[in-house]
Amino acid sequence: MSNNKTNPKTILMQGNEAIARGALAAGLDFFAGYPITPSTEIAEICSVELPKFGGKFIQMEDEIASISAIIGASLAGAKTMTATSGPGYSLMTEGIGFAKMTETPCVVVNVMRGGPSTGLPTKPSQSDIMQARWGNHGDAPAIALYPNSVSESYELSIRAMNLAEKYRTCVVLLSDEVLGHMREPIELPDLSQVKIVRRITPTKPPEWYQHYPDNPKYPMPKASFGEGYRFHVTGLSHDSKGFPTNRADETKILMDRLRNKIAYHIDDIVQIENYQMQDAKIAIFAAGISSRAAKEAVMMARKRGIKVGMMRPLTIWPFPDAAVRKFLGDKKAIIVPELNEGQLSLELKRVMGGIWNYEIRKTKKIEEIHRTDGLLITPDQILKSIMEVK
Amino acid sequence: MQKISQKSIHKYLRHDKKFPHVWCPGCSNGIVLGAVIRAIAELDLKKDNIAMVSGIGCSSRMPVYADFNTLHSLHGRAIAYATGVKMYKPEMDVVVITGDGDATAIGGNHFIHAARRNIDLTVILINNYIYGMTGGQYSPTTPHGDKATTTPYGNIDPTFDICKLAIGAGATFVARTSAYHAVETQSFIKQAFKHKGFSLVEIISACPVIYGRLNKKGDAPTMMKQMKDDVIPIKQYEKLSPEQRVNKQTRGIFINDTEKMEYTLAYQELIDSLKVPKGDSNE
Ligand SMILES: Cc1ncc(C[n+]2csc(CCOP(=O)(O)OP(=O)(O)O)c2C)c(N)n1
Ligand code: SF4
Repeated sequence: MSNNKTNPKTILMQGNEAIARGALAAGLDFFAGYPITPSTEIAEICSVELPKFGGKFIQMEDEIASISAIIGASLAGAKTMTATSGPGYSLMTEGIGFAKMTETPCVVVNVMRGGPSTGLPTKPSQSDIMQARWGNHGDAPAIALYPNSVSESYELSIRAMNLAEKYRTCVVLLSDEVLGHMREPIELPDLSQVKIVRRITPTKPPEWYQHYPDNPKYPMPKASFGEGYRFHVTGLSHDSKGFPTNRADETKILMDRLRNKIAYHIDDIVQIENYQMQDAKIAIFAAGISSRAAKEAVMMARKRGIKVGMMRPLTIWPFPDAAVRKFLGDKKAIIVPELNEGQLSLELKRVMGGIWNYEIRKTKKIEEIHRTDGLLITPDQILKSIMEVK
Repeated sequence: MQKISQKSIHKYLRHDKKFPHVWCPGCSNGIVLGAVIRAIAELDLKKDNIAMVSGIGCSSRMPVYADFNTLHSLHGRAIAYATGVKMYKPEMDVVVITGDGDATAIGGNHFIHAARRNIDLTVILINNYIYGMTGGQYSPTTPHGDKATTTPYGNIDPTFDICKLAIGAGATFVARTSAYHAVETQSFIKQAFKHKGFSLVEIISACPVIYGRLNKKGDAPTMMKQMKDDVIPIKQYEKLSPEQRVNKQTRGIFINDTEKMEYTLAYQELIDSLKVPKGDSNE
């Protein structure tokens, strides 16, 4: 593949490759991973590309080791990623919690396949949506992005790397077996025009340096190992210098910071797409691969004169609460097609609260389409639902 | 051996907020911390250039007291975290502090694979025969028949010889001694730091408050004396009959192989081999 930096040009690329190339464009220089279908191509491409410019690739003994290694490398100054699928993601959750707690940037790609357990290794699924939010123990907010095309896989891979760096946390990039393996034309951007969040090295003398300042602005200066700052990192509750603490006041500051750095920047983090929503009476709420069938269904319904639109979250976590209320609040019915047993729709109901309590407002409806047999939801299936609720 | 004064040790400790430490009176962990620092001082390694990485356990609490780049990671994972640090910054001296449970139970997989790769980590494994931090459950090194809170009727598990495990897995510097032999501990750690490749120093140590009490081993000085008698040089051990060998442990350097390629060097060679030769870049 030729990577032409100056003239954008269209080439054919696989979804997984787009994730790897996007991360590389965003400055990825350390990747540790363990092979698993359907994510393996990401590791393979990184093993080819990274050493070419002095970056590092290592295949670890398992996924726990992989996430551990990228966190270690990130603390030493690297921009890091690992990629996996459900079974590996389960193993990575302890490290994801550690990265969130220690505010260490890293990106974990989960190319979703059918579950639970070993499930359907070569079939798509969207059943790790909730795991991306609640996978680690303890309260910690999540950032998770989910593209729906090859070119968006590239863009969101860059964005995931940037958000991880900016907000000093583990960002999850979701994909699925179909998205990861399909090939589409993609126009590579002029890299000089792409915004990359780089690590800002502190200018304060080491004695004054705090790895966890109380009133942070993002992005902020951040020291790495070996730069003279000699800070401490622990998964225990810690104070502004990173030293362990049991104190309630210091722990509260830490927990507030972890929550607020996401909560106060929702507008910066959340991205949605609205398609034909202006005059829509019925809305489809769909993400990732299912949103492609949804878009198709919207077009089919419009041809029949039915006013349907689609709202698609590109940022799954934090959930776009405000946008959902704003754009979906007045719809007659909302259809939620997803390759799981109702994970997005559960969240939708949480946000809509009483409106969707059928006892209170019988006229409004959430129509759920679930599929967990390894096959995709088809546009016809969604169209059928549209005809039912219209 | 150069004498490192108590005062110069303080140069390597953190003073803000970090003392008193969490260890019980008579615990060997402090002796090992002292030995690590003395070895570092003797070698004149730069504090800024040292990363000290640990897992979870009493022993793994060590990094917070030491004035280096310190990472107190997760139970069993110290070596995996350290692998990331070392791979990304091979110029740093990366030392891992771990316990018998941390390194060989939950972290066993990372331990053997880092040894196999021969990545240049200096692993200091404090073997107190027990899970100290969680209050005395048995570990892979708890001797057969001993008491732990989860072996109330005596331990039926066979044990590991950690050094043999490391050698079998491919480690290139492997040594064992005890915390009683503090000077030897310091010397082995120093050699381990100097060694280019995966090095392991296993230090048999005393946990008088938990292991000692559960097994009626006496107070801390008594346990120290026991280590003096039971942890013996390899040559001396070899002369003993099988009956005499019961309860005895060997100390010494088991392997010091400088031939095997170190992992980060191998990766650097790979990087160098991919560099496009000058004048050849326009295909
Ligand atoms: C994943 C996980 N499992 C269990 C524990 C509980 N735990 C903390 S320390 C420890 C054992 C420590 O034993 P060892 O490594 O021998 O160190 P020591 O405390 O004896 O120095 C255990 C089981 C934990 N922290 N994390
Ligand atoms: S419990 Fe044992 S190992 Fe832990 S600090 Fe006390 S004496 Fe040391």
